[in-house]
Amino acid sequence: MATAASSPIWRDLRRRVCQNARKPSSTRIYQPTRRFAATYTSPHQAAKISIIQSAVDTSSTAYRENAESMRQLMQKFSALHEEAAKGGNAKAREKHIARGKMLVRDRVTALTDPGTPFLELSALAGYQVYPGEEVPAGGIVTGIGTVEGVMCMIVANDSTVKGGTYYPITVKKHLRAQEIAQQNRLPCIYLVDSGGANLPHQADVFPDRDHFGRIFYNQARMSGMGIPQLSVVMGPCTAGGAYVPSMSDESIIVQEQGHIFLAGPPLVKAATGEVVSAEDLGGGKLHSEISGVTDYLAVDDAHAIVLARRCVQNLNYSRHANASQTPRWKEPLYDPEELGGVVGTNLKTQIDGHEIIARIVDGSEFSEFKPLYGPTLITGFASIYGHPVGIVANNGILFSESSLKGAHFIQLCAKRNIPLVFLQNISGFMVGQEAEKGGIAKNGAKLVTAVACAEVPKFTVVFGSSAGAGNYGMCGRAYSPRFLWAWPTAKTSVMGPEQLSAVMEAVGKTVDPKLKERIELESEATFATARLWDDGIIPPSHTRRVLGMGLQAAMSGSTEQKETAFGVFRM
Amino acid sequence: MLRRLPVLSRTQYRTGKRWTASAASASTPTRTPLSSILIANRGEIALRVGRTASEHGIRTTTLYTDPDARSQHALSSPFAVNLGDPSQYLDGDRIIQVAKQHGCQAIHPGYGFLSENAAFAKNCTEAGLNFIGPPWKAIEAMGNKSRSKEIMIEAGVPCIPGYHGSNQDPQYLKDQAEKIGYPVLLKAVKGGGGKGMRIARTSDEFMDKLTSAKSEAMSSFGDDVMLVEKYITTPRHIEVQVFADKHGNCVALGERDCSIQRRHQKILEESPAPHLDESVRQDLWEKARAAALAVGYEGAGTVEFIFDNDSGEFFFMEMNTRLQVEHPVTEMVTGQDLVYWQILVAKGGQLPLTQEEIHQEIKQRGHAIEARIYAENPDMNFIPDSGRLLHLRTPSTTDTVRIDAGFVVGDEVSSYYDPMIAKLIVQAADRSTALQKLRAALEAYEIAGPITNIEFLKRMCVSQDFMAGDVETGYIEKHRSELFDKPEVPYELYVQAAISLYVTEQANAHPEPAVKRPEQTVGFGYAAQPREFHLTQPSQDGAGHSTPMAMLVKEIGPNVFTTTTQGMEPIIVTSNFDHSQNVLQSFFPHSRIETTFIQDTTSNTLILFQHGRQYRLQLALPKWAEKALGMKDVTNSVLAPMPCKVLRVEVQEGAQVTKNQALVVIESMKMETVIRAPHDGTIAKIVHRAGDLCKAGTALVEFAEVAE
Repeated sequence: MATAASSPIWRDLRRRVCQNARKPSSTRIYQPTRRFAATYTSPHQAAKISIIQSAVDTSSTAYRENAESMRQLMQKFSALHEEAAKGGNAKAREKHIARGKMLVRDRVTALTDPGTPFLELSALAGYQVYPGEEVPAGGIVTGIGTVEGVMCMIVANDSTVKGGTYYPITVKKHLRAQEIAQQNRLPCIYLVDSGGANLPHQADVFPDRDHFGRIFYNQARMSGMGIPQLSVVMGPCTAGGAYVPSMSDESIIVQEQGHIFLAGPPLVKAATGEVVSAEDLGGGKLHSEISGVTDYLAVDDAHAIVLARRCVQNLNYSRHANASQTPRWKEPLYDPEELGGVVGTNLKTQIDGHEIIARIVDGSEFSEFKPLYGPTLITGFASIYGHPVGIVANNGILFSESSLKGAHFIQLCAKRNIPLVFLQNISGFMVGQEAEKGGIAKNGAKLVTAVACAEVPKFTVVFGSSAGAGNYGMCGRAYSPRFLWAWPTAKTSVMGPEQLSAVMEAVGKTVDPKLKERIELESEATFATARLWDDGIIPPSHTRRVLGMGLQAAMSGSTEQKETAFGVFRM
Repeated sequence: MLRRLPVLSRTQYRTGKRWTASAASASTPTRTPLSSILIANRGEIALRVGRTASEHGIRTTTLYTDPDARSQHALSSPFAVNLGDPSQYLDGDRIIQVAKQHGCQAIHPGYGFLSENAAFAKNCTEAGLNFIGPPWKAIEAMGNKSRSKEIMIEAGVPCIPGYHGSNQDPQYLKDQAEKIGYPVLLKAVKGGGGKGMRIARTSDEFMDKLTSAKSEAMSSFGDDVMLVEKYITTPRHIEVQVFADKHGNCVALGERDCSIQRRHQKILEESPAPHLDESVRQDLWEKARAAALAVGYEGAGTVEFIFDNDSGEFFFMEMNTRLQVEHPVTEMVTGQDLVYWQILVAKGGQLPLTQEEIHQEIKQRGHAIEARIYAENPDMNFIPDSGRLLHLRTPSTTDTVRIDAGFVVGDEVSSYYDPMIAKLIVQAADRSTALQKLRAALEAYEIAGPITNIEFLKRMCVSQDFMAGDVETGYIEKHRSELFDKPEVPYELYVQAAISLYVTEQANAHPEPAVKRPEQTVGFGYAAQPREFHLTQPSQDGAGHSTPMAMLVKEIGPNVFTTTTQGMEPIIVTSNFDHSQNVLQSFFPHSRIETTFIQDTTSNTLILFQHGRQYRLQLALPKWAEKALGMKDVTNSVLAPMPCKVLRVEVQEGAQVTKNQALVVIESMKMETVIRAPHDGTIAKIVHRAGDLCKAGTALVEFAEVAE
């Protein structure tokens, strides 16, 4: 600046200004011919235009009633999670510990870095799925944890649940974890302690494309893509299960505890008459010293986990931060804990999407795009823990205008490589002659096309209903968002139970009197999450945190960037 | 570390009436210029001398050896000369050569090393260098204990009854002992610092004690000529700081009581001596001056007396012809800079103060006390420790709180040299205030790395009899139960140790996490489990551990933890770790506690400072370590407490031993240490034999496992 200030131009300008100042009106009245000053706005004043103003009155009766109903619902879900987290029954757990083994969640904790969160996926998987059989958490714990500074996908069998055998839901959960790992390029660590496929359910476990075999297909493919695959064998690994360590880049086995064989001693005896102990057939010593199936021999679980952590250290895997992330961010102006009171549990009341966004994004700052056009869909830019995001949030039924606006905005984000966050509370696209005349079908299709084709990470949070084609337009499960989470209040169905019954009657079918009740049940959040239609139920106040974790997984470390190869079509 | 000197008193340069010794005979001394000195020492004293020298514009040249190349004294001057081998501080000829080469006019020998080597002093003088110390003849006269005693008796200084003759026939010495009357003290004539010294309480044990004193003297000084003296049962060590110039002036700068000793070495020194009658004090000063003048003394010297607490008599022991370790006590209580006095005298100047002026200064300034901070383990009979200073926090220094130290954080306390880390000196109007200040300063003094005596010093400060001034050289032994009481580890400390481990190990592993973790905990809170930390208290004698405390820690929110252990209600603690200060601040439900947490991974030790107290814990080895790595749990082993050489193994494999029975004798830092059995048991294995060199923490002897 010093040099600039002393340059001839500046000197000249200063002189002239000074002359003007020294020569007052006595000689000549200075009359500006035009304004030559640019209005200055401080960045802090400019930021004001983006701050969401909340209209929520936290002392109102409505708010307090909402908060109370949400608290009760949360209590119910908290209890469900607590129960599922226990795993198998007390007897099974005690037996497990008595063998000197660590419980599955202890293993996961020991594997991850202290002070880092573990983002568990679908903790309520398998809940009330198999009549008469309880499969807590689907018999497998999956989630994203940080190991030696690297975000990894951890897949850990819970052998206290039916011996860790694979029910159909177990397979689905395992495959979903691998899918997430593949999309976000997360190294996979398998803590294996499983009796293999659950034989009575073999038809729903073994043959189809997305059944057991797909696990090993995924391992091979991911390894091919440079996504490391590590196994720690802490229990049996029989038949197909034997391929998990065998197909891993590196494997660790716990002596006198982990076993790998294509057929266990009973089957061997039945097949060939050979009598052999499990340890001699496929124990840690055999595989580490003779067969070479495993690479490291551990003396116990804790030792195996230390070895696994060391393996991750040696992956030479990227720990890069998201280049677009700003290192400093502000927490939202409004407490995320208020979300319960903001939304309540009655989905019939309209929720202003801005109030949700204000409690999720950094500093409650939101640069809204086309705020005046198609206002039933909110679109705009914000950041979450410094990661830039584009937000698409429902604020009523989707009309043509709102669909067009959504499609336009999604194109912007795709071009700018900004991940998209969909906040879903949609009963569907507008119906009726007026809407059809306006081309709602093709306009809605534009939104669906944009969602389907945008090659940026997408995240979906269902905070209300998720019905009809609205589910598609708002990046439902079928549109492969990187993650899809639901609030305890979420309801997912093609249409509401009342409408569904009415439609059935209208088309002249005799309606099962229990139908409405069944649809009611099937649209519950527990029903959906038990079947893995989502990646888990989250406390509304943690929406910001889970999105932060998801963004971290998607945008940092090793990532894959694809281009969306169209220009932006203005709609 | 900060160091401060007392502000020089106004009266320093005033000339006045001097106390003049009658025996002084002085040819007019010539004033010699002094603008460049060589400091032939290391550590804090080298720094101490350098400080005064540079205050007066005198250039200093420092010396160092290979292990000392980066030590503070070597770095303190731009002129630093490498001597190479660790023993080279003792190579007088080489040092004189260096001084000549670098144009130094004088050599300051500090204390120890060559400071009381008459030959060296003589060689300096002959080489035309000014030896900052007494004339070599005075050193020689005082260096020989028997001769010095003769001179003292002649000069009317009371001496302790004893035999100082040349007849070294053991039987003859024993007869002499009988004549003096038991108990008697056996002492090497050339000895010092407690080496080559034994007490024989009865005639039965005389011969044994004589043999071991002789062998130690031989190895330490290369001379085993012994003297026999009366041993005083409740003695105090009182010494007088004297100063004499070349003009025949001699003053006493007060006395110092150095009765608090371990291993016959001082750890607490104070001035004035408590409970000393003024007439006795004046008599002491008088006799000290007489002693100095009897040998034509010049410069700084210390006349040591043994004071019989029972009779009030005192006897001349020896004269140290150097500036002593504890000289800051005198500096603090008189307000003088003794190194400056030394330089003045060396230049041929006159003493700055008269005896009367000194007396007035002391009265006005009250009391000073010094605590020596050593790398040593009080619980293992004060054996020296060594190692890197991982953490160092010192009390803030003022005009009345002074620290003389030779180390900064990160420095190595080398096993080659004396393990003294620092001296902490406080001054106050009276003794009890001084003690209180000393305790407070010690509580603010944090050192992690080697084991130090700071905790012990703190316990000394609150020991009732010491507070009452009832000091004697056997104080520590007599108050053993009180001084070696192991404090209970508060539960909160375990909690904080576990949380600190949880927080810091992660931060250290990934100092700059590319992946930021703002979310801490997500979901319903059942995904992750608490982590378990097994913490043990290392036992006092280095063998085995206490039962581990299993602390469960779970982070339930940013910086919020639930912690529990078996039988305890879980508590929620909010804790922040300040990585720059290594301090964990925790808000417990009941109070806020700040604790400094240092992890020494080499020794697997956690060092914590809480509420002015140091605690040491260990993180137990994981269960798999033994099987997987062959690492042994050391419960049944007796470990080497420091790097050492095994001198003798006193037991056989399979032997039954009783608690405190001698197992192994090791040598470290030129000191023999007996490793004793921590408990009764059977010796399973002798791991190291005589002559083996061992690192600290290696097993020396293994006990057989006791079936439970």
